[in-house]
Amino acid sequence: MRRVVLFVLSYGLWLLLTLPGGDWPVYVVGAVLALLVAIFFGAEFTHRPLSFLNPRRWFWGIIYIPVFFWHMLVANLDVAFRVLHPACPVKPGIVKVKTVLKTDVAKTFLANSITLTPGTMTVDVDEDVLYVHWIDVLGDGEDVKANTKAIVAKFEKYLRRIFE
Amino acid sequence: MTEVTVIDVIGYIVIFVGVVFDLLGAIGLVRFPDVYNRLQSATKSVTLGTFGIMIGILIVTGFTPLGIKALICGVFLLLTAPVSAHALSRGSLRFGAKMWKGTVIDAYGKDKLGGPQIESEEGEAKESKEKEDEVA
Repeated sequence: MRRVVLFVLSYGLWLLLTLPGGDWPVYVVGAVLALLVAIFFGAEFTHRPLSFLNPRRWFWGIIYIPVFFWHMLVANLDVAFRVLHPACPVKPGIVKVKTVLKTDVAKTFLANSITLTPGTMTVDVDEDVLYVHWIDVLGDGEDVKANTKAIVAKFEKYLRRIFE
Repeated sequence: MTEVTVIDVIGYIVIFVGVVFDLLGAIGLVRFPDVYNRLQSATKSVTLGTFGIMIGILIVTGFTPLGIKALICGVFLLLTAPVSAHALSRGSLRFGAKMWKGTVIDAYGKDKLGGPQIESEEGEAKESKEKEDEVA
């Protein structure tokens, strides 16, 4: 079942990439490649392929996009300010945060979102603890709860609905 | 093609903003003090900058084959750039690249590497000697 979903996804991507279409070899090569991908990497793919069809997940996914881009834009202006400021005001450090997300996919997306937003970059994930490099640490950085509230909370509520 | 429409202008503005963010990212790469801060600048600004360029291309060309390829490119960039940044930062920490001396806290080093990996004021010479002794 997962192999079928993976095949459809990769073949669809191939069709988009070769968009004007063309002669039949284009479609055959794409089909063969998608089949190979499905056979070799199907086992690594998601364990619940049918959740791709759940409209509620897609709905929250679409809501998440503007939220994410807003945070990303703010992040970039913040980093741009630090770059251009004559004194280069950074106060970096690696802090610990805790997440309530359980599945690997959700954690992956959380880590990616953290990396792309305000001055934070995920260094490592260990069960429910994320180690985050922060360009402007809050206080002395020891307070895990405050860190979690500042970095993770704004994404978690969306990601939980999308992926879990 | 000589005609310039409003949509073209919007697209070029988006491309311009993207290029500006790319430039800022590059400046940050030079100005920030250590590997980790530089990665911050490189991933954030450069990802948004390049994504902006891609979206600009999409706006200028519309949903033509070229525009859709640009969009796919941008999406893959968003998915892969943070992964590479994560791998690089984790790799440098494990390798032993020290953090800048102004660093406030290193929870990762404390938990996993047996002590914060922060550059001391006198420089690194002393610490690396100690490490050699440990190995021997």
